[in-house]
Amino acid sequence: MLDKKQVNHIAKLARIKLSERELKKFQKEFSAILDFFGLLKEIDTSKIFPTFHPLEHYLENKAEMIREDIPEPEDPKVKEKLIESAPSKEGKHIKVKAVF
Amino acid sequence: MELSQLTITKVHQGLLQKKFSALELVKAYLDKINKDEKKISAFLTITEELAIEEAKKIDDLIAKNKEISILAGIPLAIKDNIMVEPVKITCASKIFGGYKAPYDATCIKKLKGLGAVILGKTNLDEFAMGASTEYSGFFPTKNPYDLRRVPGGSSGGSAAAVAANLCLASLGSDTGGSIRQPASFCGVVGLKPTYGAVSRYGLVAFASSLDQIGPITKTVEDAKIIFEAISGKDEMDSTSVDFKISPFGRSPEGRENLRIGVPREYFVKGMDKEVEKVIKQAIKKIEAQGANIEEINLPHTKYVIPTYYLVAMSEASANLARYDGIKYGLSRSGGKDLLSVYLKSRAEGFGNEVKRRIMLGTYVLSAGYYDAYYLKAQKVRTLIKQDFDRAFKKVDVIFSPVSPFPAFKLGEKTVDPLLMYLTDIFTASINLAGLPAVSIPVGWVGKLPVGLQIIGKPFEENRILEIGKTYEKNE
Repeated sequence: MLDKKQVNHIAKLARIKLSERELKKFQKEFSAILDFFGLLKEIDTSKIFPTFHPLEHYLENKAEMIREDIPEPEDPKVKEKLIESAPSKEGKHIKVKAVF
Repeated sequence: MELSQLTITKVHQGLLQKKFSALELVKAYLDKINKDEKKISAFLTITEELAIEEAKKIDDLIAKNKEISILAGIPLAIKDNIMVEPVKITCASKIFGGYKAPYDATCIKKLKGLGAVILGKTNLDEFAMGASTEYSGFFPTKNPYDLRRVPGGSSGGSAAAVAANLCLASLGSDTGGSIRQPASFCGVVGLKPTYGAVSRYGLVAFASSLDQIGPITKTVEDAKIIFEAISGKDEMDSTSVDFKISPFGRSPEGRENLRIGVPREYFVKGMDKEVEKVIKQAIKKIEAQGANIEEINLPHTKYVIPTYYLVAMSEASANLARYDGIKYGLSRSGGKDLLSVYLKSRAEGFGNEVKRRIMLGTYVLSAGYYDAYYLKAQKVRTLIKQDFDRAFKKVDVIFSPVSPFPAFKLGEKTVDPLLMYLTDIFTASINLAGLPAVSIPVGWVGKLPVGLQIIGKPFEENRILEIGKTYEKNE
């Protein structure tokens, strides 16, 4: 069973502000869901590798999945639209509040 | 023009023979939307002007005797988590505010290039997280066969729109059953392609190792046409795979040598008896045509739901971190600093189910829990995948129900999040294993349609579609 403090901590990590009512509701629900997830404990997976891409072996050249981190020029119109979509901007820049 | 009778091929012939124009066709669909959308609520946005403009272009080409593609003038609806430039995208979430898609998803670029006409963007569970479309941040969609029931989800708007003839075909996305289950509930064909067959570029990411875009259509041939148009390697999606599309025969492949596996674990308690009867009849039908039916075992089935939700929630919590009140529409500020913008925007912008999944995903990825939950789930995922690998050594395809029950009533499963999660029991394993699967309408429980799931080996989409033809009226 998760306690309120734990749920509050998770909410903080997830960057979501919770009301007192939500906190109570999620505490109850999370405990039930995590109990259900606990079912996996009964399987021995000590010798099993994890699967991250289900069909990795179909990628002929695995290097295809990774490329050099070289910036490629984006269509300037797309750039404009991306900045245009931000709720707060100044000129060619997205505006944010002070970090501290 | 009888919209319910139209297929892609019929429209193509109709346009070439000048039985109707692309504009007349689009207007017929827009009229139908005007008439019936109020009761179905399938659409979040209707792109009437864009559709008319595109249809006129196709009519111009036809008038000039220019060659047109099979998809030219075909009126489609697109799930609203796929970007269509310059149309507003919502993902059925308030967090997008009035965000407009700055570019086309790769699949949309391909469809537009072929002259397809986009009628609008369809409703979904917020960020595709749900199985009924009731978790939409705006309104629920209704099942066209019974307005008191859900159309399934999360691609409920896309499936309901096809079933109600509000479009000829649509695109959905499938992370744990989100194309197949609504297709089953609405009596249409829904294909979840092999992981990597269709580029995910421009699809709003939910769980990146599970998500796939696919078609929802009235016939298997339509599904095949759209699948071939949108699939292929894309340099913008490093997980997309270069593969050869298997041929799709006009005449059914010989059923005599076909080996069909039926998982023992999928016919257990909790399944609606009437649904079970319909699926068993469908299996008998193909057996009568000469196919060999073999019982198979998928022993890790009972671990599918916890494994799937652990993977999906973890990936969602990372993918949804980008909605911070800075880059997308909705932004709220509770104080002076940046953190307050994050906390407040996300609190207001996300609905309950999305919050639930982000927080649980955050928890299971957090220090001290990663190995016990996320890594454990990815290991069990290997075991679930191996179940299928073993089965496919013995059989060519696997038959199963799509859902243990037909469309349920609105409000029936929103009371407890776990109840909704359990609806994915027969579909989520396919995403974990990355396999292709299609839902084919094969019968009825009362007035509610029931879908058969045909699961194939990787990249054998055309084979499962072709087998699905067994259940079409004219076969």
